Amino acid sequence: MATTMITTLDRSSRAAARGLSDISIRNLFIIPTVLFLIVFNIFPLIYSLGYSFTDFRASTNAPANFVGLQSYRDLLNDPYVWSNFAITAKYVIVSVVGQLLVGFGVAMLLNRDIPLKGLITTLLLLPMMLSMAVVGLFWKLLYDPSWGVINYALGLGNFEWLADPKMALYAVALTDIWMWSPFVMLLSLAGLSAVPKHLYEAAAIDRAGPFYTFFRITLPLVAPILMIAVIFRTMEAFKTFDLAYILTSQPTAELISIRLYKMAFQEWQTGRSCAMAYIVLIMVLAITNIYVKYLNKVKER
Amino acid sequence: MAAVRTSSEITFNRVAIVAVLLVTIIFLAPIYWIASTAFKPRNLATTIPPTVVFQPEISPFVKLFTKRSQLRSPPSPEEYAAAPWWERVVFDGGEKIVRDGKGQVQWSGYPSRFLNSLIIAITSTVLAVGMGTFTAYGFSRFKVKGEADLLFFILSTRMLPPVVVAIPMFLMYRAVGLNDTHIGLIILYTAFNLSFSVWLMKGFMDEIPKEYEEAALVDGYTRMEAFFKIVLPEAATGIAATAVFCFITAWNEYAFALIMTNRRAQTAPPFIPSQVGSGLPDWTVIAAGTFLFLLPVAIFTFLLRNHLLRGMSFGAIRK
Repeated sequence: MATTMITTLDRSSRAAARGLSDISIRNLFIIPTVLFLIVFNIFPLIYSLGYSFTDFRASTNAPANFVGLQSYRDLLNDPYVWSNFAITAKYVIVSVVGQLLVGFGVAMLLNRDIPLKGLITTLLLLPMMLSMAVVGLFWKLLYDPSWGVINYALGLGNFEWLADPKMALYAVALTDIWMWSPFVMLLSLAGLSAVPKHLYEAAAIDRAGPFYTFFRITLPLVAPILMIAVIFRTMEAFKTFDLAYILTSQPTAELISIRLYKMAFQEWQTGRSCAMAYIVLIMVLAITNIYVKYLNKVKER
Repeated sequence: MAAVRTSSEITFNRVAIVAVLLVTIIFLAPIYWIASTAFKPRNLATTIPPTVVFQPEISPFVKLFTKRSQLRSPPSPEEYAAAPWWERVVFDGGEKIVRDGKGQVQWSGYPSRFLNSLIIAITSTVLAVGMGTFTAYGFSRFKVKGEADLLFFILSTRMLPPVVVAIPMFLMYRAVGLNDTHIGLIILYTAFNLSFSVWLMKGFMDEIPKEYEEAALVDGYTRMEAFFKIVLPEAATGIAATAVFCFITAWNEYAFALIMTNRRAQTAPPFIPSQVGSGLPDWTVIAAGTFLFLLPVAIFTFLLRNHLLRGMSFGAIRK
């Protein structure tokens, strides 16, 4: 790391002689952070890689036996685990598409002269800043079949949101849409305000209809920023734990993070859960890689 | 927009404004419901139709901070008269505050959890932003071999689901006795926020013209002096914004706290849901706890409003 030498200073100058060299400063500033992250982020993962080849259970004192790739083989052949992945995929799609539609829709509505626009925008952004676990808990009261405000407002009677196996996952997604549509809205607003006004003027002169203007001017120009929003939200939705764990215990809403949590900290199948964590980790790294490549591409423009 | 507006455009504009107001009301309704439930008497928290107009009460907050038990029989008039106002509101709700042998009021679990949240969020924020600022300056001003890979590595650690990281951390912490300690959570949150802080601060550092420091270097400052006297003051806004984001992330975090703590170092997010427990929960108390917990974040959101885009997109989009 210390091979490239760059300095704007004449090395014989007074300042250079007094202070630390640029290279030592660079190393002093960067190396502690990298070391910290290696010790607390990378080392634990190596540590758990070892356990993933064993039948270790953290709840007992029994020594761990080496079982090789057994856990990985079992997990990848377990239809239960696959159903957790399928549930997660369904959840990601429902909540991200929902956020995209609501968030972009609200941004389109907001993208005009509106009294108190700044205040309204900030108020709309509030949900995404709040704690998912704590606010999610309160949605339990809102969803309550007998005295929930949602059923009352929509006239749904005693409709079961969280206790119905078919509905639970959608109810969680709905809360997630409420929390994170503002994020898509925020990004969309930035995209919309960057569309040059003269394009709309030219379209108006050409008597282009609103649909043509939307699909040929607005959407293509906002698309890259919408893509960023989709990538961000997809990754976050894939990781979802808090909201679903707090709102419901329906097996039909058991996301992969929740399965992993139960395996590790309720069933205490430590070795197996380490293997499972690795399967999830590889998936996340693959998505992150695509995401960073895309981000860099957008940044270069 | 074109200078001349047709009447249909004006109508559409009006419809859009009404729609925006409706959407805002719908989005804020759950937050309003939390805030209003926090000031309701218990019997009005769960009614059909929902109670919208009521006489606000402070009793949920008194109950939030104290240990209580059900009253078997109403207090004697003397006992009631001798009680301070905050104890009377609890009597009025059919409960009494638990006191120890010396008559000292027993606190509920909430104040200590709130304090834990404060200690852990503030300490980890200071550490993450402090280290992140130095590192960001390093990446911004000097050539680093494999810079893109290192930055990616720094970022990727944040992208993992918390449970994936928590399993090995739990085992390691157990081995060294860091489970359920403040330091344990502080380290975790610092690591978690450090990547964010480096990415965001690098953007802010890149925006400070290099010429400022170069002029200082020519004037005989050392690089360190230039960093502390020229760059840091210039980066103050960025540092403040980054710090608020880190604070909010640590403040809101749930999964690590749930797994790594259970009592001594437990923060508010895992504690508040545990109040629901068995039986009929007192939603006014939960709402009061939630309200106090959300209040700092709501205030910060207003202070941060001009930096939200940048922070929430990891510095990918700048206004």
